[in-house]
Amino acid sequence: MTTQVTDPSAADANIVVDRIRVSVPERGLRHDLRAVGIVWRRELIRFRTDRLRAITALVQPFLFLFILGTGLSRLAGGSLPHSADFDFKTFIYPGVLAMSVLFTAIFSAGSIVWDREFGFLREILVAPVSRASIVIGKCLGGATIATFQGVIFLCLAWFAHVPYNPVLILSLIGMLLLLSFTLTAFGVMMAARIKQFQAFMALTQMLIMPLFFLSGALYPLNGLPTWLTVLTRLDPLTYVVGPMRHIVFTHLSLPPQLSAEISARLAPSITWGGWVVPLWLSLGIVAVMGLAMMSVAIGEFSKTE
Amino acid sequence: MPESNAASLAARHLTGLADPRSREAAAVAAQADARPDGRPLDGGSASDAVISVSGLVKRYGDVEAVRGIDFEVTRGETFGFLGPNGAGKTTTIKILCTLANATAGSALVAGYNSATSRDAVRRNIGLVFQDTTLDTYLTAEQNLRFHAEMYGVPKAAVLPRMRQVMDMVGLWDRKDSLVSTFSGGMQRRLEIARGLLHAPRVLFLDEPTVGLDPQTRSSIWAYINDLKQREDITIFLTTHYMDEAENCDRIAIIDHGKIVAIDTPEALKASVGKDRVQIQTADDAGAIRALADTFGLDAAMHDGAITFSVASGEEFVPRLFGELSIPIRSVSVSRPSLDDVFMSYTGTTIRDAEGGAGNEFMRNMHKMRSGGRR
Repeated sequence: MTTQVTDPSAADANIVVDRIRVSVPERGLRHDLRAVGIVWRRELIRFRTDRLRAITALVQPFLFLFILGTGLSRLAGGSLPHSADFDFKTFIYPGVLAMSVLFTAIFSAGSIVWDREFGFLREILVAPVSRASIVIGKCLGGATIATFQGVIFLCLAWFAHVPYNPVLILSLIGMLLLLSFTLTAFGVMMAARIKQFQAFMALTQMLIMPLFFLSGALYPLNGLPTWLTVLTRLDPLTYVVGPMRHIVFTHLSLPPQLSAEISARLAPSITWGGWVVPLWLSLGIVAVMGLAMMSVAIGEFSKTE
Repeated sequence: MPESNAASLAARHLTGLADPRSREAAAVAAQADARPDGRPLDGGSASDAVISVSGLVKRYGDVEAVRGIDFEVTRGETFGFLGPNGAGKTTTIKILCTLANATAGSALVAGYNSATSRDAVRRNIGLVFQDTTLDTYLTAEQNLRFHAEMYGVPKAAVLPRMRQVMDMVGLWDRKDSLVSTFSGGMQRRLEIARGLLHAPRVLFLDEPTVGLDPQTRSSIWAYINDLKQREDITIFLTTHYMDEAENCDRIAIIDHGKIVAIDTPEALKASVGKDRVQIQTADDAGAIRALADTFGLDAAMHDGAITFSVASGEEFVPRLFGELSIPIRSVSVSRPSLDDVFMSYTGTTIRDAEGGAGNEFMRNMHKMRSGGRR
């Protein structure tokens, strides 16, 4: 050390030096939780400093809601019941809300590929913490920022005639959080295998649109041909968009008779061969899928060259 | 060396009894003992080796990066791997640090097998990689804080320790700047600070001072030497700088994936045996002839002076003045450098070897592109 012991602060520094000895970190849950916490916090810090990303991620749902939503409402007008009281934008709003978290969640997982290319992943992987805590931190981080993105979009609910009802808003946030978590887990699972950022982008772009289109975000899920019905039931997004639309429709301030008619025609329950999938199972499927993909990711990251 | 090691060991045990944290650490170590693959940490076993490597081999497809190496590093030692780029230094470090699996052979770090007890090894080591591993979108402080949390540095110690290591590399006043605004040298310094942040038992430095200015290099070495005095730390480093290798207690010279020599810098230089003598005379051609005739020496002109090697230069100089008839204007005697050592063991200078390694690398790249990996 080059510090001279002339002023008190330098003397302080020396005391610090004396206190430090070789330290072997304690192994334990608390240490792993700290790791989860810091990986999560890093996502938030990076999201905060990257405003451009937050804005661009909102452009696409914005276009879908206002341009496509307004345009299609003229086409869909005739088939909607009492079209004067009901806006097509209200119908697609839950689906577009899901879309607002889709990109952010998957691309936040993509930063793993980025980290690998720029070396930071090595700093993470050589740390004496369980691989699980790294992956969990990452999934929670992506879920948090994606949900935050969804909350911004939730502020635009008024334009789609969706009321700002606290129960409704909190339920929607809860479902967005669940969806974001599963999507991030999906992204992390992919990122564990894919070594190049371009490849990751291309592959996720390829998968995002089918996920979105099959979720019933833009059309009701009843009366579809069998092959399409089967595909929609395989899409995890379906099991969040359905419940979200259902809860939005039950909070609309419409005459009861109209409300019942709309719910029946436009927000039918998800069925498996005629059997109605209950809400808890619907959301449970999403949660289990997320956890399963997260486990695969943990396994992938535990491998060594 | 062994005596001071024993003393520091005893000191550790004494402080260990007084300090509850050390006791916890000992409990953790004891727990690890119960594992079938783990070996005791402070067991006072026959060898005092912190790193012990035997028969290590690593193959990447057809390329054999490490071809069977054995060595031990003692507690408290600064051990250097000296060799050209592509000699297998980084591959060895990667295996020791649990980032790669060996094809054959074993490596024990701090008493744990680096292949089977990865977490235990990771808890005992600090790492500074050759390539940058900083998050350039975070500030310097955020990078260090990330590291502190990942390595479980006690919360109260995080801030003073961060300040200490950043002061050491002269970056404390830039702690709130984004790392992306740092120059290459500053990033390197920050990484070294980060490697020391959690006070590891073994510190691995892969080419630690590549691309740094001489001033920073020497201040980093001053810190490393100071660290050795103060703490029970073992340092393992790779380098292709000869002057840097001089700082090590022991050096292994590695070439083409094999260790060709392993000893203290002094012993290695002594093993070359001969000092280099350079003289300037009134009649150089005549002097070269006279040296051959009188002493049987093979002298040649290098750097504008007659240059030759003899066993002990200082004793030879008086004889030279007495017996050489041609007037001598100046004499210089120099001890063999590590350059000479490297030359004598590998038959080439490190710079030439690097050129060769480069060609080999290009050939392999070409092979991989044209023939596929498997």
